[in-house]
Amino acid sequence: MSLLGIFDISGSAMNAESMRLNVTASNLANADSVAPSAQAAYRSRHPVFATRLREFSANPELDEPGVGVRVLDVIQSQAAPAKRYQPDHPLADATGYVYGSNVNPVEELTNMISASRSFQGNVEVMTTARELVLKTLTLGH
Amino acid sequence: MFDNVFGIHERALYAAADRVSVLATNIANADTPNYKARDYDFAAALSDATQGGDLTLTRTHVGHLAIGGQGGAPGELKYRIPFQPSLDGNTVEAPVEQAKFAENAVRFQTSLDFINRSIATLQTAMTGQ
Repeated sequence: MSLLGIFDISGSAMNAESMRLNVTASNLANADSVAPSAQAAYRSRHPVFATRLREFSANPELDEPGVGVRVLDVIQSQAAPAKRYQPDHPLADATGYVYGSNVNPVEELTNMISASRSFQGNVEVMTTARELVLKTLTLGH
Repeated sequence: MFDNVFGIHERALYAAADRVSVLATNIANADTPNYKARDYDFAAALSDATQGGDLTLTRTHVGHLAIGGQGGAPGELKYRIPFQPSLDGNTVEAPVEQAKFAENAVRFQTSLDFINRSIATLQTAMTGQ
């Protein structure tokens, strides 16, 4: 495993974290959207991370350390959507209810902070790896 | 003559380069459920690397097999014991990993500096100026 592999590892993590930020943005944007039925209501989405296995390695069974991260799936929250009685709402159903999203803004904001901190950590790793590689290149000069 | 001119630092550089990618993997997987942080025991890896290089057996019979000599295993990857395990089974603790990463980067640069000085010394000896 060379130092250059770190760009791949940290890059995959930055990709996953930016996906998490994207999903958070989508959740927050839809926090106040309403729908005429519980099925159609917006459900908050969450990415699931998994360690990226070295599928294309010559020796996949080898216990190599250099593995990145990938987004396995984006799951939808199973929490019940907020049900509000608003008979004058244009989207209200026959009984006068509208269904809001099940987004929890506090959860989304903490998720956002965590994702941006992790992203920054990976940027630092990449910067350091870059410095080390460049210094190795000038060996003997 | 030039086989061992960089001394321990050549092997230390290899060990540090390996460890950079392990620590980078830990930081990359800081939010992956069930990921277990891993690390080399640097001191053990280095002593393995240095002693493995010198380890030879005296062969007093033609039937004896030659062992050792080439390098040896660079220490084993171990799992880190977390200070505070998290609920999702992840054992990466960002501050710990970042501290180890910084420490390892310094080790790498130190070895690199020593090698650079060795090269400069040799160049001075060659040019005689």
